[in-house]
Amino acid sequence: MSATATMPATGQAAAPVKRKKSREIHWGSPVTYLVALVLISVCIGPVLYIIFGGFRTNSQITMDPSGLPDPWVISNYTDVATSSAFWTAMKNSAISALATTAGVVLLGVMASFVIARYRFVGKGAMYAFFAAGLMFPMTVAITPLYLMVRMLGLTNHLLGVILPQIAFALPTTIIILVPFLRAIPDEIEEAAAIDGASRLKFFFTMVIPLSLPGVITTGILAFVGAWNGYMLPLFILTSESSFTLPLGVANFASQYSVDTAKVLAFTSLSMVPALIFFSLFERRIVNGLTGAVKG
Amino acid sequence: MSGQPQPSSPTIAAGSPVAGAVGATAPAAPRPLKAQRRGGADWRKRAEITILAGPALVVFATFVIVPVIMAAYYGFFRWKGLGVPTDFIGFDNYISILSDRTFREAVGHNFFVVIFSLVFQGPAAILFALLMNQKIRGRSLIRVLIFVPYVISEVIVGTGWRLMTADTGAINGLFGKLGLESLQQSWLADPALAKWTLMIIITWKYIGFAVILMLAGLQSIPEELYEAAAIDGASFWRTQFQITLPLLGPTIRIWAFLSIIGSLQLFDLVNIVWGQYISATAGTSTMATYMYLNGHMAGNYGFGNAVAVVLFLISLTVALIYQRFVLRRDTEGALTGPSKKKAKKQKKEMR
Repeated sequence: MSATATMPATGQAAAPVKRKKSREIHWGSPVTYLVALVLISVCIGPVLYIIFGGFRTNSQITMDPSGLPDPWVISNYTDVATSSAFWTAMKNSAISALATTAGVVLLGVMASFVIARYRFVGKGAMYAFFAAGLMFPMTVAITPLYLMVRMLGLTNHLLGVILPQIAFALPTTIIILVPFLRAIPDEIEEAAAIDGASRLKFFFTMVIPLSLPGVITTGILAFVGAWNGYMLPLFILTSESSFTLPLGVANFASQYSVDTAKVLAFTSLSMVPALIFFSLFERRIVNGLTGAVKG
Repeated sequence: MSGQPQPSSPTIAAGSPVAGAVGATAPAAPRPLKAQRRGGADWRKRAEITILAGPALVVFATFVIVPVIMAAYYGFFRWKGLGVPTDFIGFDNYISILSDRTFREAVGHNFFVVIFSLVFQGPAAILFALLMNQKIRGRSLIRVLIFVPYVISEVIVGTGWRLMTADTGAINGLFGKLGLESLQQSWLADPALAKWTLMIIITWKYIGFAVILMLAGLQSIPEELYEAAAIDGASFWRTQFQITLPLLGPTIRIWAFLSIIGSLQLFDLVNIVWGQYISATAGTSTMATYMYLNGHMAGNYGFGNAVAVVLFLISLTVALIYQRFVLRRDTEGALTGPSKKKAKKQKKEMR
C-alpha cells in the first residue's frame, strides 16, 4: 500500500522513468478493469444466486432455474426470519463464537506473557509444546476429540464445542502474540517495578493495552473460525436446540430439500452476520490472515 | 509448523531496535534490581507462571495433545467406543484400511485436489494479484469483493453450489437459455465430471485468499527494484519474471504449503455438496469423509482412530518432504534469514 503511494513522487524525480511508467499504466488499464470485472462477477455471482433465489417462489425456480425474481416475493425471508430454528442457531453461533474468542484471547495472552517475559527452565519447551499444535489440524484429531468430549459429558453442549475451539486456536494465537509481548521495552517493566507494581499489575495495566493490535487480530481469527466451523459441531452437537448456524443451514437444507426457495432464503440470511462482520473488520482480517501466514 | 520458522518478521523488526537500545544501556541498572527480587520472590514467580500459563496448558493438553495420543492407542483395538477397549487386534485396522479400495481411492482424490488446487489457483492468483497491484480505481472495493467467498462458511458455499450444479439447477438452466444444451451435464453425479466440479468450487472458494496473500507479498517488494528495472529499459513482463516472481517466492511457497495441507484435510465442502454416502461413487470422497463415514457414523471408533492416524501420517510425510525440499530455502533464507538470526542472537546476549 504505502509503497505504491510513494510511486508518483519518486517518478517525478527521474523524468524518463515517469514517462515509461505512465505509458505502461495506459496500456494496462482497460485490461486490468476488464479482468477485475470478470473476477468480481465470478466471485459474486453464486452469492447473488443465493440471495436472489430467496426472493423467488419454488415454481419460478423450477420453471427457470437461472432467472431473476419475477415477481419478487419476500415470504421466504419473512418465514425464515420468524422461525425459531433460525434464531436458535443464530444465538448458539453467537455464544460459541464470542465465548471462543474471549477464551482464546484470555488464555492466549496469559500464556504468551509467560513465554515472552518470564525466564524459567522449560520456557522453550513450553513454546514448542504449543507450536506443535499446528501439526494437528482439527480433521486429524476430530475422532478422538469426540471421544474426549463425550468422556467429559459435554456432547450436545455448546461448551463441548467452545473448549476444543479454544484449544485449537491457541497455537496460532501464541505464535502471533509472543513477538508482540516481547517487543514491549524492558524499561517499561522496570519502571513499573520501581513504582512498586507487581508483575501481574504490570500485566493488566501495560501489557494488555500495548499488545492490543495483536490481540484484536487473534480474536478476529478465532471468531471467524468458530463462526464458520462445521466439522466440530457436526460431531459434538446432535439436537436441533444446540445447533450452530452452519449445522442449522445443513439441517434445514436436508429437511426442506423440496422447498429450494426457502433453503436459499435461510442460507442467505445466515450469510448476513458474517458479511457484516467482515465489512467491519475487513482490513484487520486481511492483515491478520496475511500476518499469520507470513509468521 | 508452517509459521514456526519465521516468527512475525514485521513485529520483530519493529521491536528489536528498541530492545537493542534498552539492552545497550541497561546492564548496569537492572541487575541489582533482579537480584533483590529473586531472593524472596522465587516462589511467587513460580505461582505467577502457573496461574498465567496453567489454564492454557490444561485446555490445550486436554483437547489437542491427549486426543492425539488416544488415537494412536485406540487405533490398535476393535472398539465400538463404549467402555474400555479390550479387543486388541494389533495392526489389523491399519491393514484393512490400506487394503480397502475405497480408502485408496479417497487418498487418490485428496492428491488430485492437492495438485489441481496448486495448478488452478497458483498462476491465476499471481496474475490477478499483479493486475490488482496496479493503481486502479476502487481497488479496495475489489479486494473486499474477491474475498467474500473466503469469508462465508463452507456450509453456505456448499449449499449454494449444490443447488446451482444440480441437474435442474441454475448452471444447466443458463446453458439451456443460451442454446448450449450440449453443455448441460450431470455435474455432481457423473464420476468423470464430479471431481472437476469439486475443483471449480474449491477454486472459487479459496482463490480470494491466495490473491490477498500474493498482494501482500507484492507490496513488500521494494519499489526501487522496479525503478531500476525501468531505467534499464526492461519490459513489463520481463520485470515481472525477473523481479516479481523470484521475490514473491517465499509467499508462493508458504501459500502452496497451506493449500497442500488444506487439500489433504478436505472435508466440509465434500460432505455438504455430496453427502457422506454419494461422495464415494461420485469420485469425490476424501480421507476425512471416509473417516467420518466408516469411523464415526458406523460407530467403529477403533477403526476411525486408525484412519485418523493414517491421515496424520500422510499429512506429516507430505509436510516434512515439502519443508525439506521446498521451504528449506526460506528458513535458511538467502535474503532475510542470516540477518534475522543475527538480530535474535544479539538480543539474547543483551538480555
